[in-house]
Amino acid sequence: MINFNEILQTNEMIDAQHLDIRTITMGISLLDCADADITVACRKIYDKITRRAERLVAVGEEIESEFGIPIVNKRISVTPIALIAGACGETDYTPFAVALDNAAKTVGVNFIGGFSALVHKGFIDADRNLIASIPRALSETERVCASVNVGTTKAGINMDAVRLCGEAVKEAARLTAETGGFACAKLVIFANAVEDNPFMAGAFHGVGEPECVINVGVSGPGVVYHALQAVKGEPFDVVAETIKKTAFRVTRMGQLVAREASARLGAPFGIVDLSLAPTPAIGDSVADILTEMGLSNVGAHGTTAALALLNDAVKKGGVMASSHVGGLSGAFIPVSEDAGMIAAAQSGLLTIEKLEAMTCVCSVGLDMIAVPGDTPAATISAIIADEAAIGMINNKTTAVRIIPAPGRVVGDVVDFGGLLGTAPVMPVSRGESADFIARGGRIPAPLHSLRN
Amino acid sequence: MRAIVTVIGKDRVGIIAEVCTLLAARGVNILDISQTVMQEYFTMIMLVDTAACNVPFGELSRDLAASGEDRALSIRVQREDIFEAMHRI
Repeated sequence: MINFNEILQTNEMIDAQHLDIRTITMGISLLDCADADITVACRKIYDKITRRAERLVAVGEEIESEFGIPIVNKRISVTPIALIAGACGETDYTPFAVALDNAAKTVGVNFIGGFSALVHKGFIDADRNLIASIPRALSETERVCASVNVGTTKAGINMDAVRLCGEAVKEAARLTAETGGFACAKLVIFANAVEDNPFMAGAFHGVGEPECVINVGVSGPGVVYHALQAVKGEPFDVVAETIKKTAFRVTRMGQLVAREASARLGAPFGIVDLSLAPTPAIGDSVADILTEMGLSNVGAHGTTAALALLNDAVKKGGVMASSHVGGLSGAFIPVSEDAGMIAAAQSGLLTIEKLEAMTCVCSVGLDMIAVPGDTPAATISAIIADEAAIGMINNKTTAVRIIPAPGRVVGDVVDFGGLLGTAPVMPVSRGESADFIARGGRIPAPLHSLRN
Repeated sequence: MRAIVTVIGKDRVGIIAEVCTLLAARGVNILDISQTVMQEYFTMIMLVDTAACNVPFGELSRDLAASGEDRALSIRVQREDIFEAMHRI
């Protein structure tokens, strides 16, 4: 039998250290839903999602109750809509977003991802329509998340797409000005996007994926933070070992839940995403882990090294605990969703420049960052280009989820509520990038893309 | 199916009897009990078999929690697998 202390330790992790399953995400292929008539296509999409995911929330709650582990979110990712929408003659794809939103509401999931286009090498006509539809689609729906992949290590960076995405971000902010540009919190611009990511807002169901699949995202920054408090002052070898052991335990739990959910929902298990995803709750912060390593605040010199160690140790610990690891797997650094990051950004100790450096070693990128409302579209595009370049050159996923909050200036705070948290408006460089972005074309793939 | 029942709260007379009565009424068999009192706090862990349980697991879980709340105890039941997964390779 499992011993006394192990049981109490597990329950303490759940009760006091915010251990949870962050998301069970069902990926659903919509490739068979294309139709020349947009109304028919939307009905097929709604019907398929509500049929496939009918029991998703109920099963999540069953598992939650039986194992006594909170499952915070139940979500859905679908085939990038640009691939489906091209079959109809319309150019405004907002109805597809509405169909997704309605399906999400019917089955009771809080987000549905996949209003997406993959344009890293070039556009099909539907991709351009989709990107142009993003601002309206996100401002007129509640639960739909959009993403665009603008670059890969193999293909380089599509700078025309980078320009369009910067404009889409600005327009999405304008359309939701009264909520601080909330639509932008549901839009991710990727480089090297992964096809099996269970985390929002960037989840979509890739074309190489099966008909229907269950992916699980684990979390647990509070557990890692707590474990590190027991090794104060010890060398980094000990820190790394401690993180690995903790990540192993957390991931084993994710694997167990993924297997159960997959069996009960009759959909194959895809991957466990080993991510440390913070929430705005006190004690559920990635920033706290970095400061526990000996930094006065996140953003201090040494932050990048601390994050690199954390990201690597989480993967090493988790990889043996799951039969299939995938998604983004690493540490997330969303500013508005992490109490430690919010505090550091508010006091000016954490800047966008430092965050950019951190994205070289974490699992994603510039995430949930509010910037002044008058930031030009070209500057947003240039920020996207910088991130995409980091991803392309370093063979990693990078992303930008940035909110140019209308009417807000540096020092203001934008409150998005719930898991999305509060974002202090951070300063951006006042230098001009307009001529750079206006060039368009493609940035060629790097030499190390030629690996065959 | 095997599950772990955890009971934590301020020590007093009759806690074990109450929990056992509730479990027995629902057809849950107790396989092992381990219990201690730490700084006036009663902590009990039971290994139980729910194969013959006459209510759904979710209901058992709610009944235990509710009965605990009435007596200022934290009572929860969880499938054993979660602990196996976290602590055994």
